Amino acid sequence: MAPSSTVTKSRDVLGTNALRPDGAQKVQGSFEFTSDMHAENMLWGATLRSPHPYARIVSIDTSAALALSGVKCVITASDVPGKLTYGLISSDQPVFAHEFVRYMGEPVAAVAADHPETCRRALALIKVAYEVLKPLTNPEDAISGSHDPIHPDGNVIRHQRIIRGDQAATGAVVVEGEYVIGMQDQAFLGLEAALAIPDPDGLGVHLHVATQWLHEDLSQISACLGLPAEKVRLTLGGVGGAFGAREDISLQVHCCLLALKTGRPIKMQYSREESFFGHVHRHPASIFMRHHADLNGKIIKIDARFVFDGGAYTSTSPAVLINGITHTQGPYKCDNATVDGYAVRTNNPPCGAMRGFGVVQACFAHESQMDKIAAAVGKSPVEIRLINAMATGDPLITGQIMESVAPVARCITETDAIPLPPSLDVNADELELPGGSGLTSSQSNIVRGIGWGVSMKNLMYSEGFDDFATARCTLKDGVASLKFATSEVGQGFVTLAPQIARSVLGVDDVLIEPIDTEIGSAGSTSASRQTWMSGGAVDGACRLVRERLFHHVGKIHNIDPLRLVIEGTDVVDQMGTFRISVADASDGIEISETFEHHHRKTDELDEHGQGNCHTAFAFVAHRAVVDVDPDLGLVKVVQIATAQDVGRVLNPLSAIGQLEGGIAQGLGLAVMEEIVMKDGKVRNPSFTDYLLPTALDAPDVVAVMIEEYEPQAPLGAKGIGEPPCISVTPAIVAAIRNATGKAIERIPVRPQDICL
Amino acid sequence: MSTNEFYSLRVNGRTHQVQDSWIGESLLYVLRERLGLPGTKGACEQGECGSCTVLMDDAAVCSCLVMAATAIHSEIVTVEGITTETTLTDVQQNFVNEGAVQCGFCTPGLIVAVHHLLEKNPNPTELEVKEAISGNICRCTGYGRVFAAVEATIRSRNSEK
Amino acid sequence: MTVIVAKELSTALAALREHADARLIQGGTDLMVEINFNHVKPTTMVSLRDVQSLRTIRQDSPGIMSIGSGVPYSVLEGEPVLSAIPALAQASRTVGSPQIRATGSLGGNLGTCSPAGDTLPVMFALDAMIHLSTLDSQRVVSIHDFMTGVKRNVRQHDEIITAIDFPIVQGWQGYSKVGVRNAMVISVASACLVADHKHADVRLALGSVGPTIIRCREAEAWLKSSQDLTAGQSISLDIAHEFGRRAADESSPIDDHRSTAQYRRHAISVLASRMLRKAYQ
Repeated sequence: MAPSSTVTKSRDVLGTNALRPDGAQKVQGSFEFTSDMHAENMLWGATLRSPHPYARIVSIDTSAALALSGVKCVITASDVPGKLTYGLISSDQPVFAHEFVRYMGEPVAAVAADHPETCRRALALIKVAYEVLKPLTNPEDAISGSHDPIHPDGNVIRHQRIIRGDQAATGAVVVEGEYVIGMQDQAFLGLEAALAIPDPDGLGVHLHVATQWLHEDLSQISACLGLPAEKVRLTLGGVGGAFGAREDISLQVHCCLLALKTGRPIKMQYSREESFFGHVHRHPASIFMRHHADLNGKIIKIDARFVFDGGAYTSTSPAVLINGITHTQGPYKCDNATVDGYAVRTNNPPCGAMRGFGVVQACFAHESQMDKIAAAVGKSPVEIRLINAMATGDPLITGQIMESVAPVARCITETDAIPLPPSLDVNADELELPGGSGLTSSQSNIVRGIGWGVSMKNLMYSEGFDDFATARCTLKDGVASLKFATSEVGQGFVTLAPQIARSVLGVDDVLIEPIDTEIGSAGSTSASRQTWMSGGAVDGACRLVRERLFHHVGKIHNIDPLRLVIEGTDVVDQMGTFRISVADASDGIEISETFEHHHRKTDELDEHGQGNCHTAFAFVAHRAVVDVDPDLGLVKVVQIATAQDVGRVLNPLSAIGQLEGGIAQGLGLAVMEEIVMKDGKVRNPSFTDYLLPTALDAPDVVAVMIEEYEPQAPLGAKGIGEPPCISVTPAIVAAIRNATGKAIERIPVRPQDICL
Repeated sequence: MSTNEFYSLRVNGRTHQVQDSWIGESLLYVLRERLGLPGTKGACEQGECGSCTVLMDDAAVCSCLVMAATAIHSEIVTVEGITTETTLTDVQQNFVNEGAVQCGFCTPGLIVAVHHLLEKNPNPTELEVKEAISGNICRCTGYGRVFAAVEATIRSRNSEK
Repeated sequence: MTVIVAKELSTALAALREHADARLIQGGTDLMVEINFNHVKPTTMVSLRDVQSLRTIRQDSPGIMSIGSGVPYSVLEGEPVLSAIPALAQASRTVGSPQIRATGSLGGNLGTCSPAGDTLPVMFALDAMIHLSTLDSQRVVSIHDFMTGVKRNVRQHDEIITAIDFPIVQGWQGYSKVGVRNAMVISVASACLVADHKHADVRLALGSVGPTIIRCREAEAWLKSSQDLTAGQSISLDIAHEFGRRAADESSPIDDHRSTAQYRRHAISVLASRMLRKAYQ
């Protein structure tokens, strides 16, 4: 199976540029992604989806499809044997639409056939009669109640306030804005794929799937299949990126159902177009913010109203909402706040997790506001942020005390110290100018701008959720085997886990066992949490094994195990001369230990939005330099300077990859990436019209890692995945404003927003 | 529409028989599903991501946009055929060493595109590198490590001369 | 299923005659998208990929460069086209990605006739002539008569576009395309401007701002009447802006998911005036 067992020979301990164990396979094309998998006697599955954002299903006639040669089965809502709905937080999303379709692309039926082309023809033969209804597409209509409920659970998914401090506080300076964030897609490259293999007795199923969270999938799938959990086994297939889009169920239940119904292995794989309909997106949002500040620019109070459009089903909207509103203040001190937040249900596509998870939206608003305060009091963007920078020990607007290491000021000053790029060369190649290969401009048409963004991001899950992680370490004959259910989606946990084992145990050879549900949950590969959580679990398991190894050695050689330490690859008596290699010490024995890492407890927010709801935080600053063609409204991001609070760098190569990759995604949201909606219909579900940054759009990234050991973190390292993509977006927009003088309050920034 | 058409394709120096194919099957589909060469990846089916890049008569093309049955007179090289050695090529090794691989889904296409670039232009400028791989979308890396891998390859090839 | 991979033009032409359902495929960069997305289900294909006679660039008479319909864009980006017809080389370099340019060709742009086809404005600005052949006849059609609407042209079922004649013009020429990404982007608005010093005129053709490529005849006529367009002149900002404004007036763009009509019109005015100034720098 895809993330295959690998043996790496080198002293790649923590802190080194250990290389990916799957790297060689990936560059040779031999790494097995889920979409590369086959099974004997396999059939293909495909999904029929609603063309309407909102309609009543009058009837479904599958007879013509079933009659087509090569078609083995067609299933609809009436074929779901267990629970009819699923969902990460609220189980409100139907496996197949039943009575109503609530968004364009909602699954209505699925087929299994002998060839993908047969599947496509069969789908075309399924006759669904719809009574088209007027869709609810404006989130404000969901709040006002002007539209009938589109779901039995109502049109408001969650409403939460934060009331903090002096509600009547005012400042000499008041700035406000209404900020709009468009719908971004995760656009991982490896499309949704799964291979379901039914048990020979037909009473269970083994699903190979590209996912972020095997155990959560397992519980949702088994409930819908009406099977006990032990009858459903999941193995991680090779995953081609995730970024939040694989946290929700997509094809998992459909694929298993088809396999159980046909008694044959089923492979399902979405096309790019289907992928746009098959997974949740980043929430579009509108955010009103008003900041009161004193004449020095110090924040006195923030008023804010957030509206997140959750689309047709809940997914993670309640958590995204909480993340958004609890990050209203950003990485700045603030004593008084009035925040009102809604996550609402509409007939737009469901939205859920994407890298940054609600904080991206909040950050665009608060960073735009910081620049307005700076302008109002005559300070620079750097000065205004340093005046307000939060530090460890400060209270948040939720009343929670910032206990994480919080080097906000240092992020800002170290970013500021990075040299600016040289000014635009008079002989610059046109490819480097805004407009690029379109050859639209000359150097004389271009204006340069500089902008700032700083952000705070919570790490791990919040509001009382115990998102623990499990790992097992087995030491045998000098080789350590690691077992965990942590999804490797590209982030590099398969590189990090052996580094931990080598550091703790003094072994060189580390084997990673198949990643599956044969061990306890690792939680999701999301929320910047796996280095901390699964890293902590691997570290804990390895430490337990080490302790037993010391006891074993101590017993044989009559040394107090407390005197033993690992030095390089040896067990060493630190008070004597005894030394034995770990390989020799573990020869002929097998020590296996399992460890669950739990982070500290968090609480739910009360009705005033007060409570210790978050686990930990990380910070980052971004400075963007952009070239703008103001007449055509085209932008080229020239350089991103960044200093990120990482706690401790465990693998510099992996770390810089996370920073650069996140920055590119934030750049995409700033200037090009948007799912364009009209009346509930997606207008651009393709890579022709949903534009991702290319190599010619990539800026120079100059990064500084701020290493201040985080004592709460098992390895001293904070999660680093999400922060890079959060404040880079407002930094780029601020740079565009700086270049053009235009008041831009919407992302992505479109050419017409600049030049018209 | 399905017929028992037989045709052969020259892939990685070998002749492969394609049987029972359906009209409209792309070269990408035939490589992956009929010839057992899944190294070439598909991610957009419309030539907008470069994951499916292969060499066809010494040109780097999107195999999703080649109708397989029209390629019967062509020499095709996939990522599996980029080297006959069992060891990695310098480009492949540098992709690993420089951190240019994360999820790895775009990687085979990039490997083919970069090999092709350096074959045609052993000393490309930074801008020429960017233009040459501007058709290969990578969602994980932001391209920084990819540029580093290409630069490292150019450097090492030049120092060997 | 039938796929006829022709090596000779005559084989392909005979196949078209024989099969009423036959569809032509050259590079496949347009048609395969339609097939992959299940929009068309062809039953007989005639491939021109291996017809070498369509892959030649010839200059039989001094003023005309005749480009085979199957020459890939990657070849058109360089010499001899770059020096002789620079606007065509520039337009070719903006088509899709390097991978697309390795197989896409003028024949495909003409066969598809999308208003966003990158090389079509160059053909319109240069009054290119399209050569069409059947098994037993040949004709030459002006590009202005060839493209009749969105993805519509006058090619008959049994005809193959064999070559495109481009006049070689003395004077600056260029192609500009607006898209919100620096590479691999479909045009939101595009323009080709050709300054013809011999005839003392300027020609402008617009892409993606109407159902067909739009040749700005009125703006061209106004410019000729307001300004000496022989070599060595310079263009005032006022003239350039007015030319841009008039060009935008001749466009008829729409709102769609890629952009708005208002922005497209604006972009055309900017492109036209910038290119005019460049042409007489």
